[in-house]
Amino acid sequence: MSTEYLTAETEWKLPSPRRTAVILVILTESALFTIFVVAYLFYIGKSLNPPYPHEVLEFPWLGSILLFGSSGTIVMAEKALKKGSVSGFHLWWAITAGMGFGFLIYTATEWHKLIYKDGLTLGTNLFGSTYYSLVGLHASHVVVGFILLSMILIFSLTGKLQHRHHEHVEMISWYWHFVDGVWAVVVTVVYIISANS
Amino acid sequence: MPNGIPITTKEIGTEANPARPGEEHGTITSWIQDIVFTVDHKKLGLMYLGMGWLFFIIAGTMAAIIRTQLFLPDNHLVSPQAFNSLFTMHGTSMIFFVAMPMIFGLANYMVPLQIGARDMAFPRLNAFSFWLTFFGACLMFFSYVGAPGLYGAGAAPDVAWFAIAPLTSRAFSPGTSVDYWSLGLLVTGVGSVTGGINIMVTIFCYRCKGMTLYRMPLFVWLSLVTMFLVVTFLPPLSAAQIMLVLERFFGAKFFETQAGGSAILWQHFFWIFGHPEVYILVLPAFGVISEVVPVFSRKPIFGYPMMVAASVMIGFVSAGVWAHHMFTIGMNSYSITFFAFATFVIAIPTGIKIFNWLATMFGGKIRLEIPMLFAIAFLFQFLIAGLTGIMLGCAPFDWQLNDSYFVIAHFHYVIVGGIIFAVFAASYYWYPKAFGRMLNKQLGLWHFWLFTIGFHLTFDPQHIAGILGMPRRIYTYHPGRGWEIWNQISTIGAFLQAIAALIFVINLFVSARKGAVAGDDPWDGWTLEWATSSPPPDYNFETTPEVKSRRPVWDLKHPEDPDWKFE
Repeated sequence: MSTEYLTAETEWKLPSPRRTAVILVILTESALFTIFVVAYLFYIGKSLNPPYPHEVLEFPWLGSILLFGSSGTIVMAEKALKKGSVSGFHLWWAITAGMGFGFLIYTATEWHKLIYKDGLTLGTNLFGSTYYSLVGLHASHVVVGFILLSMILIFSLTGKLQHRHHEHVEMISWYWHFVDGVWAVVVTVVYIISANS
Repeated sequence: MPNGIPITTKEIGTEANPARPGEEHGTITSWIQDIVFTVDHKKLGLMYLGMGWLFFIIAGTMAAIIRTQLFLPDNHLVSPQAFNSLFTMHGTSMIFFVAMPMIFGLANYMVPLQIGARDMAFPRLNAFSFWLTFFGACLMFFSYVGAPGLYGAGAAPDVAWFAIAPLTSRAFSPGTSVDYWSLGLLVTGVGSVTGGINIMVTIFCYRCKGMTLYRMPLFVWLSLVTMFLVVTFLPPLSAAQIMLVLERFFGAKFFETQAGGSAILWQHFFWIFGHPEVYILVLPAFGVISEVVPVFSRKPIFGYPMMVAASVMIGFVSAGVWAHHMFTIGMNSYSITFFAFATFVIAIPTGIKIFNWLATMFGGKIRLEIPMLFAIAFLFQFLIAGLTGIMLGCAPFDWQLNDSYFVIAHFHYVIVGGIIFAVFAASYYWYPKAFGRMLNKQLGLWHFWLFTIGFHLTFDPQHIAGILGMPRRIYTYHPGRGWEIWNQISTIGAFLQAIAALIFVINLFVSARKGAVAGDDPWDGWTLEWATSSPPPDYNFETTPEVKSRRPVWDLKHPEDPDWKFE
């Protein structure tokens, strides 16, 4: 082995494994959602029996405000954390988790209305099948996100969240933004395109 | 050891597994504990490969029964129902429980070694992926005893490997056999996706110093492209299976024509996954060939940048060819033109690869060791597989031969003649690294010739049977159509392959104990796995190596003429 070989010092930087993994998780989840979105789009207007989307869907103002707003509050939480304000972080983070939970309650009431008032279930027609599978898949991601947010909050309140966990916090916010982005697609496809066709 | 390499961990590596206190060795219990608790990428890699060979034997036996049933016209060796589940389980197992675990096993074992890493990025996730894959397989095979199907107790799925809708609906497939199919594959799919993420993160984030993307061995490059396809194109299958489960358990209407649903949509979703899947399987095979051909031709790979570019291009184009499986469903002519064209386009990067391998061999000092024999056979067979693929990509030709034995012959040429031959090449090439002993060459020659002859006897005549009109999935056929002789040759070939595979398995076990001691670098290789001891210690490299060229071990062996001087 030549000494030259050993002493060659070069800058050697590699991407963070955690970030790379989260990007890939978002990629694979996007692929999963794409298929459900395609199925929804493909079956717009193909249901043979009512209820149809324009009869029963109401634009989800409350849910959207809560979820899109929570993307803003999680940014505020991260900013507070970077500034070193732990109490500010707790406040904004708790608001974010609360808004996520609020969104889930909104979805629950919406589904309750659809099922008991409008008689729309998974097996009613194509609209029901594609609607519940797409919105349900998204809602299940909100549930996962809410659990992650709550875990961070509990760890932080009990003082178990260390400085080295900042990247974990950031990754959860990435996931939360992704869930938000999917909601933007769902709103467009379900509540704007199909409800107006 | 023929070549003294300074950065090996030889002294420590030979005692790499000291008994930890309180741990007994050599008993069955300790062995099982070792398998269940391990998070080591090398052990998990071997477990993946072991799973692959186990299901290879099971699904191969199914193939042998199928071939025996088709040996004579009007044969009734097995019942039609059993025949349907045989070809369904044969196809599903060979793809998901044989080929996929094998490529994951090879990537698991070799990627960290070749990039100079100590383990995968997420070792526990790695174990999780393996066990999900394995339990998914067990879940599906449990259907043989646990699933009441259309014909009563213990019915395996019998809806073909791509689970034709609406045959999978409750009306046509009562019982639970189809549920075992979809849930088993769903579980396996999650394992594959997490495994794919793990390997990609390992490649991006754990390369040793100096291992830039442009210096990575081609096997690592192709694993990267493969895992990108796994991460991106397995979810469509999972999504379609979730829809199928919703349909069967909760009455959803996705694929039900009476409710306005479309059975065609299932085919689209399946093949959006299904065609990239072919490349998921064959790209690692390309990777193996790109490692074996240069080492046994004593020349660096010809056109490395083009090989990388072609691999990435195959990865991207493979996303846009899926409907060439569906030319006969009645698509409009624009769709047909698009998918036929995309199919021809993908032949270009594949052709580039074939020419580069040939150019690597050209003028080289070729050593006809067993891995090289399999690699050369791969080149011939994969070329033919590609050519029949282009034939089937011509839509009018496909209208004649879709769902015939010509298609069967074509994709078995890809999967057996291409992928399995590459896995054999990889086994002979890397077995010495994993076990420290060489596979017996005499048995290897028997294996190679019997398998190659058996392969051609099996699948060459199926092209002709297909052109003569024999449809796939038929239970039996009447005499006098001119199909008998081709089926009989085919069946004889299948048994030759079975004997050859048996020789290989015997070789695996015998050589582990009695094979010639290999040393660290029996093939005079150039990539980093040959720089550590055989078998590698738990931590792979005592000090993480540093590379300055695409052939780091060449640089170590030839300090007077290193590659990096020319980069």
